[in-house]
Amino acid sequence: MIIDHPLLGPRDASEFIYLGDASLLNRPNWDEEKSEDNFYKYLYLRENVAGMHKELWFHQQGDRSWLVISRNTVTHEIFKVELATEFKKNMGKSND
Amino acid sequence: MYYNVLKILKEGLNDNKGWKKTWQNPEIKKKYDVIIIGGGGHGLATAFYLAKEFKIKNIAVLEKNWIGGGNVGRNTTIIRSNYLLNENEAFYEFSLKLWETLEKQINYNAMVSQRGVLNVFHSDAQRDSFVRRGNSMIINGADAELFDVDKIKSIYPFLDYDNARFPIKGGLFQKRGGSVRHDAVAWGYAHAADELGVDIIQNCEVTGFKIKSGTCIGVETNKGDILANKIGCAVAGSSSVLMSKANMNLPLESHVLQAFVSESLKPFIPGVITFGAGHFYISQSDKGGLVFGGDIDGYNSYAQRGGMDMLEDVCEGGLALMPTIGKARLLRMWGGIMDMSMDGSPIIDKTHIKGLYLNAGWCYGGFKATPASGWCFAHLLAKGYSHSLSENFQLDRFKNGYMIDEKGQGAQPNLH
Repeated sequence: MIIDHPLLGPRDASEFIYLGDASLLNRPNWDEEKSEDNFYKYLYLRENVAGMHKELWFHQQGDRSWLVISRNTVTHEIFKVELATEFKKNMGKSND
Repeated sequence: MYYNVLKILKEGLNDNKGWKKTWQNPEIKKKYDVIIIGGGGHGLATAFYLAKEFKIKNIAVLEKNWIGGGNVGRNTTIIRSNYLLNENEAFYEFSLKLWETLEKQINYNAMVSQRGVLNVFHSDAQRDSFVRRGNSMIINGADAELFDVDKIKSIYPFLDYDNARFPIKGGLFQKRGGSVRHDAVAWGYAHAADELGVDIIQNCEVTGFKIKSGTCIGVETNKGDILANKIGCAVAGSSSVLMSKANMNLPLESHVLQAFVSESLKPFIPGVITFGAGHFYISQSDKGGLVFGGDIDGYNSYAQRGGMDMLEDVCEGGLALMPTIGKARLLRMWGGIMDMSMDGSPIIDKTHIKGLYLNAGWCYGGFKATPASGWCFAHLLAKGYSHSLSENFQLDRFKNGYMIDEKGQGAQPNLH
């Protein structure tokens, strides 16, 4: 796979480390009533979709930035690559 | 149809015209006692043991493609029971014992070959951890031997003993481990289950569950609705997709694991060998091809194919262990979809929905577990409570903190 890095352009996926579902950016609050259950779901349960998947990649062999990649897990086709910082900023604004 | 030598002789003289179908194409009934979703190794084994050991009648296996077309036909065919943790070791040793008598049980030649599994180590610290694992194996009734370098040299003279970076210092050997003809496992279980009256229904995809007030009463399929008292799901890499139809999120990620086969060579590798300094395992098939593999590619995938970087990584490991294979040409490569669980251990459990049971999370160790997985899942389905060997493989162990973290690497699937 080639990942089109928003700052560095197309890079081979082998330069990156994969973390998983971008839902990991939505860390639950620790002081809510149901926080124990929320953290269980956050840490261990995954939608694990066959299809469009937003996921976290780390450019370890490059500029060491975190990216959010929208990729089809059935075809490996990549549709969108964003800096995780940008993605996080926009998270509240849209339905992402 | 019962297979034996006389039958083969007779059919040999009869131009092989008298063979009947190994399994039938039955009409789908409206209702079954138990439906197993997934006609792979685990699903077919479950159906067989349900009928044979737990005397359940009226069982169906639903498979969306053809049986044995998934991971049971896509692995590197290794069987072994060399685990550290008691929860795993006792279970896998039970599985190895079932492999040893499998062919008689199912009246099918699965080419079970106990040619030995050797894990080499490269440092003092690694030797200590392998000794500990070997002791755990022996405590749980398995066999384990510690080989020194001379002993390994006498059996496997072709390894790179003086590798500058990873010299071989010894190995942990399990003589009863080995390999099995993987397709024959699916066909054999299907044959034996069919003999016992199990309906094996191919090209039947489950599209939804019929759930009424917290109880699963049947499934919706592309061939119509089918009712059942109990429904067991054993669909490996597709588990999350299937269980999402019951609004469940599982502690799983689906990843692709690649396997590779070289051209046929004269027999020179006796048994299975694994590299201790990287992830690489190899054996030689009866046809002479070198069968080998390594790590998962490491990202969510349902594609049944992986990237070239992992091929390179696997081959680097292979050449560090045995440079002699560098001249062999690669014949085939493929990928299978692994249901990677969060702690690297499987799940055989009921769900919060009554009548709906789950068998998943085998990571890339599912093939060797096939008989025990089928047996324990059948026990759970027939009796309603877990077999003592699988009672720790609970679905909610992540919530309760009873993780079975064989490698001690924590809750991230692509580390296992």
